[in-house]
Amino acid sequence: MTERQQPVLSVQGLTIDLPRTADRPHAVRDISFDVKQGEIVCLLGESGSGKSVIAQAVMGLLPKTLRTTAGDVKLLGESVCKASGERLRQLRGEKMAMVFQEPMTALNPIMTCGDQVDEQLWQHTKLSTSERRQKVLDIFARVKLPDPERVLRSYPHQLSGGQRQRIVIAMALILKPALLICDEPTTALDVTTQAEILSLIAELQAQSNTAVLFITHDLGVVAEIADRVVVLKLGEMVEQGDRLDVLQQPKEPYTQMLLAAVPGLVPKHREPIVDAYPLLQTVDLSKTYWTGAWPKRKHRVDAAKNISLKVLPGETVGIVGESGSGKSTVARCIARLIEPSAGEIFADGLSIATVTGSALYPFRRVVQIVFQDPYRSLNPRRTVGEAIIEGPLNFGVSRADAWKQAEELMHLVRLSPDALHRYPNEFSGGQRQRISIARALACKPKVLIADEAVSALDVSVQAQILELLDEIQQRLHIGILFITHDLRVASQICDRIIVMQRGEIVEEGTTQDVFVNPQHTYTQTLLAAAPGRGFQFGLA
Amino acid sequence: MATQNKILKNTSVRIGLSALTLLLCMAVFAPWLYTIEPTAMDPSSANILPGVTAEFSDLSGDTFDHLFLMGTDSLGRDTWSRVAYGARISLTVGLCVAVLSLIGGTLCGVAAGYFRRLDNALMRVMDSLMAIPGILFAITLMALWRPTVATVVIAITIPEIPRVARLVRSIVLTIREEPYVEAAVSLATSTINILWRHILPNAIAPLLVQGTYVCASAILVEAILSFLGVGLPPEIPTWGNIMADGRTQFNQYPQTVLFPGFFLAITVLAVNILGDGLRDTLDPKFNKRTG
Repeated sequence: MTERQQPVLSVQGLTIDLPRTADRPHAVRDISFDVKQGEIVCLLGESGSGKSVIAQAVMGLLPKTLRTTAGDVKLLGESVCKASGERLRQLRGEKMAMVFQEPMTALNPIMTCGDQVDEQLWQHTKLSTSERRQKVLDIFARVKLPDPERVLRSYPHQLSGGQRQRIVIAMALILKPALLICDEPTTALDVTTQAEILSLIAELQAQSNTAVLFITHDLGVVAEIADRVVVLKLGEMVEQGDRLDVLQQPKEPYTQMLLAAVPGLVPKHREPIVDAYPLLQTVDLSKTYWTGAWPKRKHRVDAAKNISLKVLPGETVGIVGESGSGKSTVARCIARLIEPSAGEIFADGLSIATVTGSALYPFRRVVQIVFQDPYRSLNPRRTVGEAIIEGPLNFGVSRADAWKQAEELMHLVRLSPDALHRYPNEFSGGQRQRISIARALACKPKVLIADEAVSALDVSVQAQILELLDEIQQRLHIGILFITHDLRVASQICDRIIVMQRGEIVEEGTTQDVFVNPQHTYTQTLLAAAPGRGFQFGLA
Repeated sequence: MATQNKILKNTSVRIGLSALTLLLCMAVFAPWLYTIEPTAMDPSSANILPGVTAEFSDLSGDTFDHLFLMGTDSLGRDTWSRVAYGARISLTVGLCVAVLSLIGGTLCGVAAGYFRRLDNALMRVMDSLMAIPGILFAITLMALWRPTVATVVIAITIPEIPRVARLVRSIVLTIREEPYVEAAVSLATSTINILWRHILPNAIAPLLVQGTYVCASAILVEAILSFLGVGLPPEIPTWGNIMADGRTQFNQYPQTVLFPGFFLAITVLAVNILGDGLRDTLDPKFNKRTG
């Protein structure tokens, strides 16, 4: 075959300009790499590295505000940048296809899954209805969807996240494209589902010898799936090479820094916690929701069931689980943002499970919470300073004292005190998370709840925030309840781990015990599914 | 501030604002804009064509020459003077209705959106108000009261409140779930302060946009009420009244209807263009995560 020698995708000196109002001149600059047949190339980069822009350029889907100013993208020797709109439509689907990050929004909610996949065949082939149907059923079987006949007639909302992503993959692969572009296809999925989808992509790729351009920010995923890696930073290509070369013998300092920031799965050694009176304790905490109103039958959902936990001074307790495991429900019950249905919560000796309204105010001082999304957890219309002093003012501290304390806190979270006069939109995600932590600490809490507090951050920023939390804990001797879906993060910061599944605690123990010697099968599955498990990152 | 500059740079906002400023000037400085007493009539100078200079004697017997820019109506009143003074009524009613219905709608909407127990009761009242056509409702209210500017404003405001309330309720329902509001709750911020500091400031942008649309529709409804004869008394110059007066002679002297109609259209258009411009610059969909 002649195509063996020729790369399926060849990106040559690609430069794409940003609009003049942007913070840098180029979205990407002078990017060159090839994807050969039967090869998986990972584009690895943190947010703002331009990896998605490259994918859009390859698909010919660049927004009108971005213009290719130099270089070319060649698909099987044909220039995509110069192709007409009509030709591009032909190429998409037949020669290249894309799998998106969020399967729910990539699928049309009012069309059955069968029709959506069939649409590809209808557009690009001349097959009869029955032939097309058979093809769709075949591809559903290939992407290992259970009961293809039923899935054919199902709407996207009737399927799970993993099944939806399988439909998107089926849609991309049904015309046997030469190039498959995966844009963070597993980022929105749970870790066990992610593992399944990754192995599915690898398997399908091996069967049909497709070239795959795989975009991700997750080094664990890269370690699992890549043949070659292209590392991007702020639109520039930092390094490219074979997987093992880049991940284990990185040449560039940036790659080394990224690799060093990846939290390992081996628990860090932590000083044992002296047994003391718990700062926070829950006894049989439950939260029950009722769904379905008359005339339908009521349906009971146990979001959290009989949760008993303790947080000692200076201790970090991790609650680990996948989406729907009830870990956030527990956190929100403890912070009394929602009312628990049953059980007791003791915070610093106060029983607060049934207290409501302004009677809760004294307790608010004891427990503070840091949220996941740094872009939504600060009021965009109030300055950072106003946000931080709000708590102390509510607790009767004078404005001058509160402001002085806010300046000290800025030093503690390593931001400059002039930041207090600025608005949140002037800060990056990591900086905003520091501000949120400062706001929580301003009340001098004894327990800090971090609800997925580092999940939305890039890995290098994540490492800094984790370090900051650790340092704060040592300095202030507070208890931290750390909610996360990420086992790697949990292993780095937690003294004890609680594993939750479907609203219940399935395993509990010191981090060392849970990671090295997991008892419950669910914990074992979770650990086995962690991407890049057992892979040695960085210089060995 | 950056947002203000951005708003003022928008072409639609600029067009709308300049047109409205001109109209506002016309209303405020009406006495000095070559006008005479808008209620003064001289039957001997009835139905004068636009641009004709004629002798005008008012009721006190003073006689003077006057250039009738837009002609006169069947009672010999200067149409331009009436149109210029009529702008006062239209703009006052538009602005007052916008402000009052925003206040009323915000109160109801916040109550329904934040205090969930009130939601059902309040919103069903709003639904029943909305079930009655706004203009019929206003006519009914006007029939009950003495016609003054205040009663016209109230009669138009009441049917507008449910629309604003629905909007505010849906905004509050979204904002109350934002993590920064939850953070404020866990900082022991009182409910009043949460509403005042965290929810309302973030609801202002869509409210401002809605306010312009309410204003435009209020100006129209006021004109309709006057035109139908259920608004302000016919001697008071409002654009609706002028058109109602000119209606019977539309075939011979269409200018008495066309001039006020033109100003009415321009005003409503200006307010709507301003609203569109505000929406484009303030809608979070267009400037999400600028940081």
